[in-house]
Amino acid sequence: MLLAGLVWVVALLTAASFVARRWFPQAISAHAARFDSYFHVNLAVAGIVFLAAQFALGILIWRYRRRGQPARYSEGDNRIELLWTAATGALFLAAAIASARMWVDVHMAQPQPGDLRIELAGKQFAWNVRYAGPDGRFGRTDPRLMNDAAGNPLGIDEKDPAGKDDIVGSVLRIPAGRPVVLLLHSHDVIHNFFVRELRIKQDLVPGMEIPLRIQADRPGEYEIACAELCGLGHHQMRSVLIVMPPAEFDQWMRTPRSWGEPAR
Amino acid sequence: MASHTRERTRQPHGFLRRYVFSTDHKVIGIQYILLAIVAALVGAGLSALMRFHLSYPEAKVRLFELLWPGAASGGVMTPELYLSLMTMHGTIMVFFVLTTAPQSGFGNFMLPLQIGARDMAFPRLNMLSFWTTALSFAVLCAAFFVEGGAPLSGWTAYPPLSAAGRIAGPGQGLGQTVWVLSIALFSVASLMSAINFLATVLDLRTDGMSLMRMPLTCWGWFVTAMISLFAFAVLLAAGILLLLDREAGSSFFLPAGLVINDQPLMNKGGSPLLFQHLFWFFGHPEVYIAIVPGMGVVSTVLSVFSRKPVFGYKAMVSAMAAIGLLGFLVWGHHMFISGMNPYSAIAFSVVTLAIGAPSAIKTFNWLGTIWGGSLSLSTAMLFALGFVSVFVSGGLTGIFLGQPALDLYFHDTYFVVGHFHMIMGVASVFAMFAAMFYWFPKMTGRMMNETMGRFHFYLTFAGAYAIFIPMHLVGIAGNPRRYADFAQFDFLRDMTPAHKFMTHAALFTVLVQGIFIVNLIWSWRRGAKAPENPWNATTLEWALPSPPPHENFGENAPEVRCGPYEYSRPGRQKDFRMQHEVEG
Repeated sequence: MLLAGLVWVVALLTAASFVARRWFPQAISAHAARFDSYFHVNLAVAGIVFLAAQFALGILIWRYRRRGQPARYSEGDNRIELLWTAATGALFLAAAIASARMWVDVHMAQPQPGDLRIELAGKQFAWNVRYAGPDGRFGRTDPRLMNDAAGNPLGIDEKDPAGKDDIVGSVLRIPAGRPVVLLLHSHDVIHNFFVRELRIKQDLVPGMEIPLRIQADRPGEYEIACAELCGLGHHQMRSVLIVMPPAEFDQWMRTPRSWGEPAR
Repeated sequence: MASHTRERTRQPHGFLRRYVFSTDHKVIGIQYILLAIVAALVGAGLSALMRFHLSYPEAKVRLFELLWPGAASGGVMTPELYLSLMTMHGTIMVFFVLTTAPQSGFGNFMLPLQIGARDMAFPRLNMLSFWTTALSFAVLCAAFFVEGGAPLSGWTAYPPLSAAGRIAGPGQGLGQTVWVLSIALFSVASLMSAINFLATVLDLRTDGMSLMRMPLTCWGWFVTAMISLFAFAVLLAAGILLLLDREAGSSFFLPAGLVINDQPLMNKGGSPLLFQHLFWFFGHPEVYIAIVPGMGVVSTVLSVFSRKPVFGYKAMVSAMAAIGLLGFLVWGHHMFISGMNPYSAIAFSVVTLAIGAPSAIKTFNWLGTIWGGSLSLSTAMLFALGFVSVFVSGGLTGIFLGQPALDLYFHDTYFVVGHFHMIMGVASVFAMFAAMFYWFPKMTGRMMNETMGRFHFYLTFAGAYAIFIPMHLVGIAGNPRRYADFAQFDFLRDMTPAHKFMTHAALFTVLVQGIFIVNLIWSWRRGAKAPENPWNATTLEWALPSPPPHENFGENAPEVRCGPYEYSRPGRQKDFRMQHEVEG
């Protein structure tokens, strides 16, 4: 009974590969830690169901292989149907309800007045970041003014005084331990902001400004990847999230810069 | 009963009328299956090239240069070439293999036979559906040869990338237009085919063939036709709007303020998300179009080779109907991270997980069917059992992706690629292999070679797991999908060994399919002669000679007297009773 054996071997190897190493990257936020523990609960439950189902399949193939025995006649059993419908239904609904909380916390948290707001714009195939500067206000932009060569990739209108002190760069710096609201923009195609260590992903959609509230607690450098197919350079649309100790970040923000000088 | 006064017509003479522009459902069924096999070979070939490139991006391959002198000059595949292969692989597999073979192919051949009809309800419409599908495939393949090459926006073709034209990338010019035309043609063909299937099931069942006596295969085709009717209508609309945005300057999907490749666009008022809603309103039901006919096949094959009735026939019918219905209410789970209203994500999540219940019911019932049976492991049975294994593996990962909180991380990673290849790709293909081995004797009058069949099954089963399980692992590590190479990110370099392993497994598994092709050709020409009912099965197609004559039962439509899965009922001489057999 080659098939029964093969099903068991494949099931065991599959289960082993999931636990052989920690496939997740490190978690750098409270959300990420919570995500990991919730994922592992899911993985454990799914793993048990997976092994149980595959072993049952293997056992049935082995036990009922044809050896001249007659088949046992049965057309089914409504009580059993009801039982396993109810059981799986309850399990799946429990999962939907259990994870709704985490989703709500990520997407429906009300922005607080003190939150640092940062504009993050994607374009084929680069990231641009803008801080409001000391005045706390973003200057007006106009897509027609967008000009990479002139150091104005976001099209900030020079005539608007609020934009004079805006800080523009290509690396996303944020302070550790403080909530940050990213305002996601795109002016060409759809991109996606993905930082593995934050366990968060959000599309950047042309014509929309999508706020995303994040908080990272562990200082360090983490890669930002585009996770929505955006064209031939999709695989190289990379930037870095630099999580800085708050004091260092504040000092970096206060560094005097002239108009159009890219922030590093 | 629409056409029972019609005289039994003679089979048309002449090669063209008989084998090319035929209105005979059996010929058309085989035409669809052959088209699907050609498409599957192209699609699998493309995936082999893609996998090779992912693991050996620097390799200079003469074949690449030969095939694409522009996009692979010097034999090195460019990122845009990789993405165009990916787009074509997905499109070909989803439409021309997974939609074409299970429903239009096997359904066309077997549905009229199984319900005791002479043909489909509308034979000429049937011919038109097939030739529109074939034309659509030719148009799609033409995308490779137009200026700029095939599109690189994936089979999902999200605007603005797909709507903005040539400035969005090579392949986004004429290539994308050709692609949209092909999809529109395919939608029209599928709509015609869906109407035909529905009319056939509702109108042409022979006496005694009540709906609840239909084999589950017929239920599968019926439910799938229903899904196709509603889903492809919406895809057709989306395709037409996209075409207008591209060619007529409209702004259905293009918002104001676009600047693409430094060129400002004049569009105003469109919404990229609108396209996603329309696309996935089709796209998710499409998954069920691919798998539901296979569910019917697997239920039947498990029953026949266990010599037991299907466990819970009514529950199986209800589950199919529930899947067909709920399938239209879950499209939003493809859009959790798209920027749509986050409240709706919770609603979509609940319905998505609810659809897991009918799928689980089916799995339990399949296990219940073989429980206590007397299993003979023919190749058809091996593939049906393999289907159950793969269906469980691919289904369970859906629970992760159906929860928006987890999708926050897994969306568009290889975890998703592994998930849908298992459940939509491998499972459906296994069901088709089961169907092929099971029905080949009826279709051709010859048996398939079981030795080659077994080899093919075991190697494919192991190969499929070896390709797609590691995809989940690199997905957990955050590996994004649709990347032409993994060199630009530090974290992706760690994935190289896993990707190499998958590449080798994929190349191996693609090569192994050669066994099937050889088996198919050899058996068709040299296989042992098939008797009328080689598997001692109960459904009506086995009451006719192999292959069945033109117009099937003709004037002598059988009267159905019992359900479709009468195996091993106690107190009988034989261990099966055919549906038209008089009790005795």
